[in-house]
Amino acid sequence: MIVELASDPIDVARLIAHVTRPSNGGICTFLGVVRDNAEGRPVVKLGYEAYEPMALSQMRAVVDEAMERWGLDSVALSHRTGELQIGEASVAIAVGAPHRAEAFEACRFIIDTLKTRVPIWKKEFFQDGAVWVEPVSSQSPSS
Amino acid sequence: MAETKPPPLPASSVVPASIGVRVLFFASLADLMGGRRRSIDLPAGATVADAVERLAREAPELAARAGHVSFAVNQVFVPTDSPLADGDELALIPPVSGG
Repeated sequence: MIVELASDPIDVARLIAHVTRPSNGGICTFLGVVRDNAEGRPVVKLGYEAYEPMALSQMRAVVDEAMERWGLDSVALSHRTGELQIGEASVAIAVGAPHRAEAFEACRFIIDTLKTRVPIWKKEFFQDGAVWVEPVSSQSPSS
Repeated sequence: MAETKPPPLPASSVVPASIGVRVLFFASLADLMGGRRRSIDLPAGATVADAVERLAREAPELAARAGHVSFAVNQVFVPTDSPLADGDELALIPPVSGG
């Protein structure tokens, strides 16, 4: 398992290589990429801040849960911190599984769950200011 | 034959009168509090909610936002009625937006 926070660009080939095994017939990857707008407002760059030790332990917990649920042994998850430019990958996931269904489902589960419980925050920078993105949901991680 | 040992002191006898807690703020809460960390002293037996109440004396807006904040003690999510211990690290975690 690879679970990491990265201050440099993510080497996706390295993550894929980690989950490429003779017993795996399907590998699913997901990249979250910096978009040039937030609901139409031009974004010039993003910044990511993490509560690093807890972000890592939560990322491991999410990956452990996926591996347990889909019976997998090969997952790689990397999330960037710091400043990112448009088009850069902020998060990369690679899941290897004997068959594609498990790979797709586990990959989807990992990104969806990461977004709800891993303590990482995104700051959107505009031409004329910046805002922390803090989506208010009805469910908090501690509930 | 087993030695007879005196019973251990009850835990309450070693609890200090006050506890020191290191508080961490992230994202917009760091902006609101004017920094990323703060050390505060609280009475023994204080909970996460007590710590928030103390911090909200300096930053009243924190009280209004507390309903959308999650809390972690020593990097584990906890409910607001969790007790704090001397030396704990309490993190105030605004809604997350990774990915």
